[in-house]
Amino acid sequence: MSLDQLYQQIILDHSKTRHGSGLSATAAPEGASTGQSHQLNPVCGDEVTLRVAVDHGKVAQISWDGEGCSISMASASVLSEMAEGMSVDELHETIAAFREVLRSRGKVHADPEILGDAAAFEGVARYAARVKCAMISWVAAEDALKQAS
Amino acid sequence: MAVVTTPTTLEHAVPAMDNAEVLRIRNDFPALSQTVNGQPLIYLDSGATSQNPLSVIEAEQEFYEQRNAAVHRGAHHLAVEATDAFEDARQTVADFIGANYEETVWTSNATEGLNLISYALSNAALWASQGRGDRRLKDLAVGPGDDIVVTEMEHHANLIPWQELAFRTGATLRYIPIDNSGSLDLEQAEAIIGERTRLLAFTHASNVLGIINPVQNLVAMARKQGALVVLDACQSAPHLALDVKTLDVDFAVFSGHKMLAPTGIGVLYGKQELLDALPPFLTGGSMITTVTMERAEYLPAPQRFEAGTQRISQAVALATAVNYLSETGLDRLHRWESELGQRMVAGLERIEGIRVLGPGAGVERIGLAAFDVAGVHAHDVGQFLDARGIAVRVGHHCAQPLHRRLGLTATTRASAYLYNTTDDIDQFLDAVSGVRSYFRV
Repeated sequence: MSLDQLYQQIILDHSKTRHGSGLSATAAPEGASTGQSHQLNPVCGDEVTLRVAVDHGKVAQISWDGEGCSISMASASVLSEMAEGMSVDELHETIAAFREVLRSRGKVHADPEILGDAAAFEGVARYAARVKCAMISWVAAEDALKQAS
Repeated sequence: MAVVTTPTTLEHAVPAMDNAEVLRIRNDFPALSQTVNGQPLIYLDSGATSQNPLSVIEAEQEFYEQRNAAVHRGAHHLAVEATDAFEDARQTVADFIGANYEETVWTSNATEGLNLISYALSNAALWASQGRGDRRLKDLAVGPGDDIVVTEMEHHANLIPWQELAFRTGATLRYIPIDNSGSLDLEQAEAIIGERTRLLAFTHASNVLGIINPVQNLVAMARKQGALVVLDACQSAPHLALDVKTLDVDFAVFSGHKMLAPTGIGVLYGKQELLDALPPFLTGGSMITTVTMERAEYLPAPQRFEAGTQRISQAVALATAVNYLSETGLDRLHRWESELGQRMVAGLERIEGIRVLGPGAGVERIGLAAFDVAGVHAHDVGQFLDARGIAVRVGHHCAQPLHRRLGLTATTRASAYLYNTTDDIDQFLDAVSGVRSYFRV
């Protein structure tokens, strides 16, 4: 697999724009219940603190602070862009589908119908050392959702 | 009568290494002839683990095919052969570092060696408090009011065992800071190493900064206070001629896998009178004299610290690796690798957005360089280089406090060995120069 298949345009773009980045800058919508999770990958120092605001069963907002490689940052950005407006159940299903692809060592292909832009991370699954980079914000979202509901 | 003269300046008598010799050496290493991601492998991660020459791989295979048996027990032919090979290997490695046979203890790796010293010292406190063992133990025991001194540049393996020793004994852990160029602040060292200091542990050569620390100065400071000295020789024993008696350290540790040997074998050197006085760390078979249902008496070193069935084939393979290094000549490969280190740093300094950790070009360093690429995470740098067949290490290199001191969380490190050419370094530099534009910085 070539480097460009791993670092797809969408990943490089999101690693720079970082949708949802800035935890303190954004207040959670009023009336929403929130959950927050901090995740750290001790191997490379990737770090994400992510907050989910849930309102009437829907994800009203995701915001996060983080530091790490382009894959971990792009993954958090894609996640927060996709997740807003989803129902809590939908987000759980999306996280499960993402995890299945990422942990498959390249055997399970990403369905763009379900994963949208996150399908771009399919190539990461072939690099065992990078799977955690892509997963870190999704694990944080899953944990934050538990606390919000 | 014939007069035999020996050349007094060996440096001139022995030619320096060059690329042609390195390419011949590389042919001895099967792993280095492969391609990675369609590119010939350029292995620049020997600081983490080195590759093995065929002679080392064959030594281990030959042991299992012809001499495999448990050592120091059994009267049969294979047991005798295995014991001879195991103990001959010890002598070879002892000679390699200028130690005596009895002072050379096998461990799994340097980490185990450092933990062994740490636990032997807290056991010394326990034994001394109960009047058990050698009467010198009360002088070796570490306790409340005592200082253990390390440095800010230590690998976690030479930091955490001392944190834990301080925790177990009530001693205080202190550290010698580095200056902004990465060198140890020797003035501060002089102030920190005081009459409370019982032990000074530091690395000979930094696995991140590439710096070779002034062993002589530090040992003198420790001696003045009657403190023990522990030397982490992981990045020096594989790369330069090392003589533990000249260095006058009390303990030294290193790992075989960083010096052409397999994983699972390392060495602890300790002065004989210390090793014989210290209580053991691990206890069990092969390290005892008399055992009753209530208690046991222990053998002197080295067996005192070698409980259970040992890493026999690995020890034999380490001796083969040491012979390989000696044949090339440690002074020669040290000079070659220093040149490669200088080439790396000089080249990296010319690339925009690169910050090299530790001293700049022109200052002595071993053949490695860790660096930060502005705007690109080390993991991405490593991935980019891997796509070009270049293997480097990324992360904190087991030195989080040092990275924090330098304001970084993760860096990229290239580390060379005797099988790397100047062309390897140039290709690495060429690849690094493309990193920032690829990641749109």
